[in-house]
Amino acid sequence: MSYPKKIWAGLLSFGTMLSCLRAEMKAGEVFPALSEVGPASPATAGKITLVDFWASWCAPCKESFPAYAQLQTDYAARGLIIVAVSVDENPDAFARFVKKMHPAFTVWRDEDHRLVQRVNVPAMPTCYLLGRDGRVRFVHQGFHGAQTDRQIRQEIDLLLAEKLSAAP
Amino acid sequence: MKIIPFHRLVALLLTVPALAALGGCANPSLVRVHPWERATLTDYTMRPERDPLATAMGEHIYFSRESASGGRGVGGNGCGCN
Repeated sequence: MSYPKKIWAGLLSFGTMLSCLRAEMKAGEVFPALSEVGPASPATAGKITLVDFWASWCAPCKESFPAYAQLQTDYAARGLIIVAVSVDENPDAFARFVKKMHPAFTVWRDEDHRLVQRVNVPAMPTCYLLGRDGRVRFVHQGFHGAQTDRQIRQEIDLLLAEKLSAAP
Repeated sequence: MKIIPFHRLVALLLTVPALAALGGCANPSLVRVHPWERATLTDYTMRPERDPLATAMGEHIYFSRESASGGRGVGGNGCGCN
């Protein structure tokens, strides 16, 4: 291959790489380690983890919090960990929301948007159900009340029924 | 190694930034407002119908002029989830 052709081939590869940049996280991919962004990461190894991205200005996020609190009550003893990651830029808005909702699960603020950018969340709210191996198994965009709640419960039951060795 | 002629080198140096710029415009991940950046867009002051009186007046003018009303509502609330 001649030198100019090599340059064009390089440019083409670079362009392809740029277009693939920030692809949305899909089922089967390994979720970033929460310990990289969280101040006090709960031990998620070998457990089912629900990571929810929310914001205080997002109406469906407010609706989802009581549902997640109930999930925490029902499934925590069986090995479910819920981590709710706020994308609020305003720390006061975040604090007010947490004070009002009193969530029984772990809540963080991704203040520099490092995690949300890595995951490239497609909508607010979006929740990721991770298997025992830390891979994304199910993704839910938005929160549609009882319908979403029912789906998440079915998926958690499915994941809890899987053995660690049987997880893909 | 083959040496690139000067005019081709100049063309290349002009083409690369142009392609990069156009590529940036074409890539939606670089130009769209991300779902987590919509706090300002969901603010009350960004709502077109925040003043009921002004909305009613605007709707009356629209009806008087066009002999039609409504049909301007859109779904969603800026969360990117609808």
